[in-house]
Amino acid sequence: MSKTTLTRRGMLRTGAATGAGLALPTIFTSGASAFTNEPGDSEVVLGFNVPQTGPYADEGADELRAYELAVEHLNGGGDGGMLNTFSSKVLDGTGILGRKVSYVTGDTQTKSDAARASAKSMIEKDGAIMITGGSSSGVAVAVQGLCQEAGVIFMAGLTHSNDTTGKDKKANGFRHFFNAYMSAAALAPVLEKLYGTDRSAYHLTADYTWGWTQQESIAAATEAMGWNTVNNVMTPLASTDFSSYIAPVLNSGADVLVLNHYGGNMVNSLTQAVQFGLRDKQVNGKNFEIVVPLYSELMAKGAGENISGIVGSQNWDWKLEDEGTKAFVQSFGTKYGFPPSQAAHTCYAQTLIYADAVTRAGSFNPCDVAAALEGYEFDGLGNGPTLYRADDHQCFKDVLVVRGAENPEDEFHLVEIVEVTPVTQVTYPPDHPMFAGGDLGSCNPGA
Amino acid sequence: MLGLSKKDTRFLLIVIALTLLTPILLQPFPEGSGLAQFNAGYPDLMQRFAIFGIFAIGFNILFGLTGYLSFGHAAFLGVGSYSVVWMYKLLSYNILPGLILAVIVSGIFALAIGYISLRRTGIYFSILTLAFAQMSFNLAYSVLTPLTNGETGLQVYTDDPQILAGENSPTSPHLFGIVMRDNFWQPSVGGWEFTFNYGYYFCAIVAILAFYLSLRIFRSPFGMMLRAIKTNQTRLNYTGLHSRPYTLAAFVISGMYAGLAGGLLAAMDPLAGAERMQWTASGEVVLMTILGGAGTLMGPVLGAGFIKYFENIFSKINDSVLHGWFGWMPDGMEDAIISVSHFFVGKSWHLTLGLLFMLVVIFLPGGLVEGGQRIARMFRRKKTSDSDAEHHPKPAPHVGE
Repeated sequence: MSKTTLTRRGMLRTGAATGAGLALPTIFTSGASAFTNEPGDSEVVLGFNVPQTGPYADEGADELRAYELAVEHLNGGGDGGMLNTFSSKVLDGTGILGRKVSYVTGDTQTKSDAARASAKSMIEKDGAIMITGGSSSGVAVAVQGLCQEAGVIFMAGLTHSNDTTGKDKKANGFRHFFNAYMSAAALAPVLEKLYGTDRSAYHLTADYTWGWTQQESIAAATEAMGWNTVNNVMTPLASTDFSSYIAPVLNSGADVLVLNHYGGNMVNSLTQAVQFGLRDKQVNGKNFEIVVPLYSELMAKGAGENISGIVGSQNWDWKLEDEGTKAFVQSFGTKYGFPPSQAAHTCYAQTLIYADAVTRAGSFNPCDVAAALEGYEFDGLGNGPTLYRADDHQCFKDVLVVRGAENPEDEFHLVEIVEVTPVTQVTYPPDHPMFAGGDLGSCNPGA
Repeated sequence: MLGLSKKDTRFLLIVIALTLLTPILLQPFPEGSGLAQFNAGYPDLMQRFAIFGIFAIGFNILFGLTGYLSFGHAAFLGVGSYSVVWMYKLLSYNILPGLILAVIVSGIFALAIGYISLRRTGIYFSILTLAFAQMSFNLAYSVLTPLTNGETGLQVYTDDPQILAGENSPTSPHLFGIVMRDNFWQPSVGGWEFTFNYGYYFCAIVAILAFYLSLRIFRSPFGMMLRAIKTNQTRLNYTGLHSRPYTLAAFVISGMYAGLAGGLLAAMDPLAGAERMQWTASGEVVLMTILGGAGTLMGPVLGAGFIKYFENIFSKINDSVLHGWFGWMPDGMEDAIISVSHFFVGKSWHLTLGLLFMLVVIFLPGGLVEGGQRIARMFRRKKTSDSDAEHHPKPAPHVGE
């Protein structure tokens, strides 16, 4: 050990050195840009953060295809897709504000942590000005929070939970996809028409936030039209065997089973419910029915013929007849050889909507972009007239009620559209109790 | 110095220098060059290197010294994160109270889990810890949602009390006003760009302290006792020693390290998700330790860096990046090379990592550290080839190497 002696000179010297050392950093911190990752004159980087591994990898792969297509169209390649049908005509195929669009990709692994790490590296390392993607509400909420803190725009991909634009809404985050409340509001009248008002429902619900918000929404909507909710059983997320949950349904006196499951969970629970012969049963003098509130083509493919006749809801379907859908399906099909999923559609639309908002605002500053998006009404992106509501950054548009096809002609025609529920029927006030408790805060441009 | 031998002091100084120079060392390629993809010197990843280094150092105190393989360390990581975020919600964005609470709470957790699990050894111990961790994960994911916010992850809302937060205090994690996400220096030298970030240097200093503490534990009589347990616990018991208090102490210490690491994760990024407690996260730290070299001081840190590097850098190489690299080749050759390399980067980064892990375990059972030692020995042997190596006793390998 060395002995320390304090001298006046030594103290002065150390003091001066420390002071200089502390002052040094401040020379370099003068802010050069007005907001995080201000793009240069020739190029702008977008971050596509999708699940490439894990349970939603299929959705993620399809989302990535859609993003690549959107970038191609923005840069003037391909046939232009929905750029030609979009009601706003400011995008001309020369990138965004004259800058060529490039992109980076990352793997969310369907885990909040990994998704945030990946988004952070896009922002910190690659200089991404906008982050988009996600195939699960937990991930979307986590990344949305990160983008709010970092000061970039987040355009949510596939996320269906009420919370994304409810209690977890953020000023920098925007969602095009529909939500559990809208599913319920669209489904209820169709269920009433098909199955009547005197029904007893039994819910099996995936035991986490998304499952709960969906169960809450469906139960509220069906009870409002006279249905009775017999029971709601939570199933652990990682279950693959649902037989022990399905057996009690038969003796409960219920005549409708609602499966609040998604992805592989739903494929398993539905398959097992059908194998148990639920659909052939007669309860209370009525046919036993199964409802799957959130549908996707990929799940329909997984469940195979078990899906026939089962009702659910979708954000979009490639079989719609409007111009936007036709243009998108055309260019997607030409490039990849099969029709796009609804996940692909929402991601493609989000990219275009963002590019359009930047162009209309004339700036990449997140606050200007947010202002351009808030309360914006547009058409021609496959969902009919759509509004980006300023109060919660949720898109309001028509919702599809679909049913599994009885005799599908091929693997792309597994679901058929029963009804297009008009937007007025699924609109709710921003302070609806299921969405209460959140606060948009103010937009954050970062730096 | 600091109660260390000369050799250890030198070792510690090297570690300190490496840690402090990380922002430069990890940025070997100039910006704009094709190889810039492999740069890792951005704040988030550097923070992760330091944090998972701490996690692995702590795990190594248990696994490397006593040989008890815990498959449930992620539980403590998660507990640490939740503690810190709760302190944000209740007090303020200052990270210090949260970090202290994280260490204490994870210590209590480790005491409870260790007290039960350490009644068994070997595979039974591993399974017990795995069960506890899975239990914690499921509790956090759904049952305890009011406390953990379930799948969505715990985060701070504007209507949280934050009773200690002043009007002008930062709205992201900070240490007495020093905001963790801020960079204090971003020089650009030639084509090279470096980022010096407050958060990283905070993690780095904590990591150096954690490393020093673990060095002292390795060299202490207590560390010797732990190694004795690993070597032959039965014999130790026959000599009349009760070994469980020692293993329990090691378990609690390594649990506290994990809690600290989890707390730091939340200190850098104010969110605590339940996946942090999943068994894959527990498995990851085992991989880190084995890949780097179990029982060595530096190994786990190297392993942590290695895995995090792959997760963050290789997973981002997509087909368009590959096209950029191999664009100069003739078309057929380019497509062939891309379709092969496609299986090892981007979404298939797990495959590359798995292959490397197999190679290391098969050819370098002592981990990356053994690889380093072999190379060093190769050079040393050349120099001293004329000395009478055969008749000298082999020096005991230095655990710090």
